[in-house]
Amino acid sequence: MSAERRVIEQFDETTADLPRALALDLDAHFERLVRCYQDRIYAFCLRYTGSPEDAEEIAQDAFVSAYRALRAYPTDRIRALALRPWLYQIALNGCRNRARGKHVRLVQMQGDEDGHSEIEPEADERERPDMVLERYEGTREMGVLVATLPERYRAAIVLRHIDGMGYAEVAAVLGEPVGTVKSNVHRGVQMLREAMDRTANEGSIQG
Amino acid sequence: MSEGYRAPTAGTQRVLDGLHSRGNVRAPSSFLPGVLARVGLQDAYWQQGTPIGPVYVAYGEGGVSAVRQTSSPAHFEEWYRARFGRPVTQVARPPRPLADVVEQRLGSDAQGEIEIDLRGVTAFQRAVLQKTMEIPRGEVRPYGWIAREIGRPGAVRAVGTALNHNPVPLLIPCHRVVQTNGRVGEYAFGSAAKRAVLEAEGASPDLLENLARRGVRYLGDTEDHTFCLPTCAGMHRRLAEPRFVTFRTPQQAVSAGYRACDVCRPALAS
Repeated sequence: MSAERRVIEQFDETTADLPRALALDLDAHFERLVRCYQDRIYAFCLRYTGSPEDAEEIAQDAFVSAYRALRAYPTDRIRALALRPWLYQIALNGCRNRARGKHVRLVQMQGDEDGHSEIEPEADERERPDMVLERYEGTREMGVLVATLPERYRAAIVLRHIDGMGYAEVAAVLGEPVGTVKSNVHRGVQMLREAMDRTANEGSIQG
Repeated sequence: MSEGYRAPTAGTQRVLDGLHSRGNVRAPSSFLPGVLARVGLQDAYWQQGTPIGPVYVAYGEGGVSAVRQTSSPAHFEEWYRARFGRPVTQVARPPRPLADVVEQRLGSDAQGEIEIDLRGVTAFQRAVLQKTMEIPRGEVRPYGWIAREIGRPGAVRAVGTALNHNPVPLLIPCHRVVQTNGRVGEYAFGSAAKRAVLEAEGASPDLLENLARRGVRYLGDTEDHTFCLPTCAGMHRRLAEPRFVTFRTPQQAVSAGYRACDVCRPALAS
């Protein structure tokens, strides 16, 4: 088990009582829900869409939808909720709806010839040390490549390898059998590797 | 499956390392306050640059709730709590869609959809404010025009009061409503600020004051024989050419054979 996976599981212990708390008093505990999951949900939307603007909007919409749903749910249902996959599902729906509306833009991104990506990090994102390091290592392209993968591979790859979810949870979020998820992740990684080899040979795409 | 664990190739490992490093991202600082404001748990505000200097803009569940100039964030927060009965928290910037639409409204002709919280105002005030939002950038209308358009021609003074209590000046452009005699008049942020905003939007306050002093309230186009309010979009173009006449009253224009422009509607048929 990698260090990354352990961190995620510890993190979940601190949220173990959240469904019960939300069922008891939604308004008192909703802020904690956002604090616990905002980075992960935002990161997921960012990697899925490749756009900080879209990601912020979709991720915010996801939490607003979650709040409204929790308002409407009976307390038994809230107590039984697996919050994390549930939130990811809401966010994924938002991403998919957005992608349907903006298909043209995604195609343009793929066909950009002079090596400039349309995806620019936000100013404050650009300043952060982890982003600077990424640029230095040349992994910025990875974000572009992921955002242009076909949808079924992209969702599976982002959940499994960027968010670090186990296959069972990925399958739950996507509503697909574990076998399908595994083969989509495998195929997606393969496509990324081929794409990276291509760009390495051409030496073109620069962040 | 008896082959057991298979080590990834170097190329695949490079992909996986690249992917793992992409997960380390934090939501922007405006994220949490943005969500809380939208679900009605906590209103938020930020400092926004405008043609008349910085103002505070607050928003909550119902949309933008207040635009105000105060000397400090503490004063704004105190005023907000007294006015709306709930606290408000400062954020560095508003969440994305709101930031864009406010910028648009304040600085360009593009007018994106904006949600404004008018729950605390009367039906009359709401009608006045909604009508005011229809006045295009670069143009002005008199108080009496608003009163007539909302079907309350006698309520000119009440229109002035309603605009004076506009909770969101600049976003609802009450600065585009001028005195019935054509003078620029008063404003929540002061009459100098009103002139400055109009100037920035391309409606010349000097020209307006000049016409008002001369008693000119309508301009007529000598070619198509329509008459307009002085800032009507079509009139700007004509002012450059010597093809307009001036009128003091709609009656004067009508008896000279002119008909009211149907864009700025200078006088409703009576």
